[in-house]
Amino acid sequence: MQHVSTRSANTTYSGASLLIELLKRQGIEVVAGIPGGANLPLYDALGQSGLRHVLVRHEQAGGFLAQGIARSRGVAAACFATSGPGATNLLTAVADAKLDSIPIVAVTGQVPSGLIGTDAFQEVDTYGMSIPVTKHNFLVRSAAELVEVVPEAFRIALSGRQGPVLIDLPKDVQQARIDLGALPEPGAPDPASEPGGAVLASMARLIASAERPVLYVGGGVVASGGEEEVRALSAACGIPVVCTLMGLGIMELEDPRYLGMLGMHGSRAANLTVDRADLLIALGVRFDDRATGAITGFAPRARVIHLDIDEAEIGKIRRPDISAACDVRRALKRLNRLVARADRPAWKAEIDALRREHRLEPPRDDTHPGALMARLAALAPRDAVVTVDVGQHQMWAAQWWPVRRTRSFLTSGGLGTMGFSLPAGMGAALANPEATVVVLTGDGSLLINIQELATIAENQLDIKICVLNNGHLGLVRQQQELFYGQRYVASRFDARPDYAAIARGFGIPACTVRIPYEEGTLARAFAARGPMLLDIELPETENVYPMVPPGKSNVEAISSPPAAAVAAAASSNGGKR
Amino acid sequence: MNGLPNTIVKLMVRNHPGTMSHVTGLFSRRGFNLEGILCAPVGAGADSAMYLMVKNDERLEQIVKQLAKLYDVKSVTVQDDLDHTVFNRIEELLQEA
Repeated sequence: MQHVSTRSANTTYSGASLLIELLKRQGIEVVAGIPGGANLPLYDALGQSGLRHVLVRHEQAGGFLAQGIARSRGVAAACFATSGPGATNLLTAVADAKLDSIPIVAVTGQVPSGLIGTDAFQEVDTYGMSIPVTKHNFLVRSAAELVEVVPEAFRIALSGRQGPVLIDLPKDVQQARIDLGALPEPGAPDPASEPGGAVLASMARLIASAERPVLYVGGGVVASGGEEEVRALSAACGIPVVCTLMGLGIMELEDPRYLGMLGMHGSRAANLTVDRADLLIALGVRFDDRATGAITGFAPRARVIHLDIDEAEIGKIRRPDISAACDVRRALKRLNRLVARADRPAWKAEIDALRREHRLEPPRDDTHPGALMARLAALAPRDAVVTVDVGQHQMWAAQWWPVRRTRSFLTSGGLGTMGFSLPAGMGAALANPEATVVVLTGDGSLLINIQELATIAENQLDIKICVLNNGHLGLVRQQQELFYGQRYVASRFDARPDYAAIARGFGIPACTVRIPYEEGTLARAFAARGPMLLDIELPETENVYPMVPPGKSNVEAISSPPAAAVAAAASSNGGKR
Repeated sequence: MNGLPNTIVKLMVRNHPGTMSHVTGLFSRRGFNLEGILCAPVGAGADSAMYLMVKNDERLEQIVKQLAKLYDVKSVTVQDDLDHTVFNRIEELLQEA
C-alpha cells in the first residue's frame, strides 16, 4: 500500500496467524501434527509462515516427535492436533511428557465456541480430559487472549519442574481478526530458586559427618544441567553415585565411583550400596517405585538429603532430614564450595569389593541381548542419540548401552509408553541433523507406532531402527514365567510379520539379522547414511536380570527364576517349553 | 493440626470456569479425600475464595503442596482456627433436602 495511515504500526492478524507468529517468536522451528476440520485455519496460517511442519501419521507420534526435540536439546517443542480424535490420540504423549517433566506445548483445534457443549462433530472435552495429564492447560476464548496465553504456556512449560502445557483453540478464535501493535516478549522460564545458605551449610556438615554417603541422581539433574556439579561433588568427597533410568549419562562410565542404575533392573552393586548407606543424597529424583523397590527397605539406615525443584516431591515418599526445593545445579555449585574434601578410604574399599563381587553379570555369549547392545553401540558413532522403547530391550539398553552424556539416551521412564522410540527418534533426528539417531525398539513396541515409517521415509531422516525381535511381549512373558506359574497369557505373538519387507514397503531399506549375528550385515547398515531398519532376531525366552520381584526390596533382587517358579514348571509340563 | 478429624483448607483462586475442575480433579487424581467444598467470588469477582474440608491426616501436607502448584491457585492456607460451623449449616441443608 502506498498511502500510509497513522495506524500503520498495527498489524492485522487472524487468531491462527497470531498463534503461529507467537510460536516463531518462542524459537519454534518445527511443528509436528495432523490437520483436520477444527485446526484448518491454523494450518492455513502455518503454510504461509515458513515454519517447518512434519506431517506425522498419528497424533501421538506428533507429541513424541516434539518430545524427541525437547529431550535431546533441552528446549520446549510444539505439536498440533485437531479436535476430538486428534486430541484424544495426542493425550498419551502429553501424559508421557508430564511424568518425565518434558516441556512441550500442544495446540489442539476445537469446534467453534458456539458449538461447544452441543456434542458437535469431532467435539470432545479436551480441556477437561487434559487437566490431569498437563502441567497446565488453556481453553482460549478470544484471539486477544492468545497474546497472553502463548508466552504464558511456554513460561509454565519451562519454569521450575518442566512439563507439558495444552492450548485448546476453538475454530472461530482461529478465524477471528485482531489488530495489534507490538507483540509480547516470548515466554521465558522464571528465575530458578536457590536454597538459603544455612541449609547448604548444614548439608555440608551432614556430608562431612557421614561415613557411607551415596549420591542418588536422576532426571532433575539432567533438566538443570547439573552433571558437572554432581561429578565434582562425588570426586571431592569420595561419594559413590547411583542413577535412575532418567539419570543415565550424568556420570562418566569410567568413573570408579559410578555404580550404574539402581532399582528393579539395576545393578546389584548399586542396590547394595544404597542399602548400606548412612547418608543418601537425593538429587533431582522423586523416589519412584521402580527405583526404590519396597520403600520400607530402601536405604533403611540412611539419613536423607533431598534437593528437588518441585517442593511437592520433598517428603512425598520419603521424609528427608534436610531438604531444599531449588534448582539442583545452582544449589550444588554453592554446596561444592562448602563441603570438606574427603577420600573415605574404608567406604571406597567396601564399594570396590561390592563392585567386584556383584558386577552386572557379563553376557554369557554373543547372542545375549546385553552383548548385542554393546555391539550395536560400538557400531554407532559416539555422539549418536539413542531413543529406547519400553520392555526388556529398554532394560538391557539401560544396563549395557554405554551412555556417555545426558540427553543422548531418550526413553519413556515414568509412563512407560510402548511406541515411544520411533517418533521420539524422528524428533531427535530433526533437532540434531548432524547426529546419527539409533532407535532401539522391540517387536511389541514397534507395532504401536509403525505408521511413522512413512514419516521417516518422507523426510529421509538418518535413523537406524533396531527391532529387537523375540516374538513376545518379553517383559510380560518374563513376569508370567517368574510370578504367574508359567501361565503364558497373551504375551506371545503367533503372527511374525516380516518387518524388513514392511519397512521396504514404506520405502526404507531394511535387512533381517538372524542368530548367529553376522558382523558385516550390522556394520553395513550403520555405515550407510539415511534411514535403515534392522529386524534382529533375539533369543525368545531370555530374561532381564537382576530383577527385584514386585513388592520386594531392592536387595532381594533375583538372578534366576525363584524356586517356586522352577517347581511349578517341573510339575506342569515336565520342563517342556 | 488441631487434632480434629477434619480441617479446612482455604484457597484464593482466579475465578474462571476451569478452576473448580483443576481443584477437584487434583483430589480424584491423587486419591485425596474431599469431604466438603464451598466456593464464592470475592471482591469484584476476579477471584474466588474456596473452602475445602479435608481429612486432617498425614496426607494434608502433600495436599497443600499439590494445591499450591495449581496455576489458578493464588494462595493456600490451612485454617486450623476456623470452626466448621459453615459446613455444619450445609449439613443441615442437606438433611432437609
